[in-house]
Amino acid sequence: MANDNAKLSKNLLRMKFMQRGLDADTKKQLEEEERRIISDEHWYLDLPELKAKENFIIEERSFGPCEDLKYGRMSFKGFNTEVEKLMIVMNAPNEEELEEEEISRMETDITDEDMARRYESLVGSMKKKFAKKRERSAVEDVNQNATETQTKRGFLKPQD
Amino acid sequence: MLSCFKDKVGDVLLPGDVFSFQMPESITDSKPEKVVCGPGLRRNGDEVLVCKSGILRHKQPNLYWIDSQQRRYVPGKGESVIGIIAAKSGDIFKVDVGGSEQASLSYLAFEGATKRNRPNVQVGDLVYSQFIIANKDMEPELVCIDSCGRANGMGVFGAGGLLFKVSLGLVRRLLAPQSEIAKDLEKMFPFEIVVGMNGRVWVKSKTIQQTLIVANLLESCENMTAQQRQTLFRRVADGSI
Repeated sequence: MANDNAKLSKNLLRMKFMQRGLDADTKKQLEEEERRIISDEHWYLDLPELKAKENFIIEERSFGPCEDLKYGRMSFKGFNTEVEKLMIVMNAPNEEELEEEEISRMETDITDEDMARRYESLVGSMKKKFAKKRERSAVEDVNQNATETQTKRGFLKPQD
Repeated sequence: MLSCFKDKVGDVLLPGDVFSFQMPESITDSKPEKVVCGPGLRRNGDEVLVCKSGILRHKQPNLYWIDSQQRRYVPGKGESVIGIIAAKSGDIFKVDVGGSEQASLSYLAFEGATKRNRPNVQVGDLVYSQFIIANKDMEPELVCIDSCGRANGMGVFGAGGLLFKVSLGLVRRLLAPQSEIAKDLEKMFPFEIVVGMNGRVWVKSKTIQQTLIVANLLESCENMTAQQRQTLFRRVADGSI
């Protein structure tokens, strides 16, 4: 059995159980040696870096995009309703410009007048909700003849 | 030079004409523009060669192509064609599209098709499908669905009707965005038409006679001027033929 550290092989020294006793410095040195060994063994091509040439010319084999050809199935005068629906759907990208104009005016479910009416009643009911009890009756009478607004009643001393 | 490309728009070019794109060193602030070569133009290193005779057309922003006529179809990626199922072998169908070789169409490339649920396709059926692979090095492949898995009108069609062949130039004229032929056809009688970019057209109408009339009209439209075509269509619409 080899007792000197010098006689133990390097691989043995690199094993985990042998490294637990070492301090940080020796560990670092061993790691660096390992890395040096590995990088020496890696093969690499000793060529200059080749940059891929940027192609400015793109080839396009089909006539479709050149002339903006339409969809190939067509039906006239309602012979085949499904094909007519398809015609509208597939040729739609050409009509995108029209759609954009319409989107700017948002679609509404109720008309503006209904909305205004709703807001009227909404404001009134919300006001009532937060009004104090004494003022609630005052708020209700606002639309009818306005009653006198009473001042806040102070404490009435009881007479003897 | 890019400038000489633009000068030649609208001119007749012959195969063998060369355009080279040497960007001058003095113009360093302008970024080199990308140029898209359409059909009829081919890239050769830094140069663009013309390989078909025809008129040079241009579309904004940077697309150039040669407008030429031919009858023979060469498959191109993304084109929708009418194919005839020629054979069924294992999991794929062999489809005749009129090109140099038959295209393959997988049985899973139909809407709603699974391994258990096979599409109902027989030999001899007509299919309207799109190329996903179409170049000179590989066998062309077709599919009948789009990238989302929807059919969009593709697939087997046509019980009845008539399939005939026209030149590729007429097909492009029929499918052009403001096609006059299509507008004239609209005014005739109700009928249905499927146009494939491989020069095949399928027509179906209520009676056999109407179908034949439309087929003959389309075949003769090829070599007529707009004036002659409109007179012919009017005669047909009046019912004198």
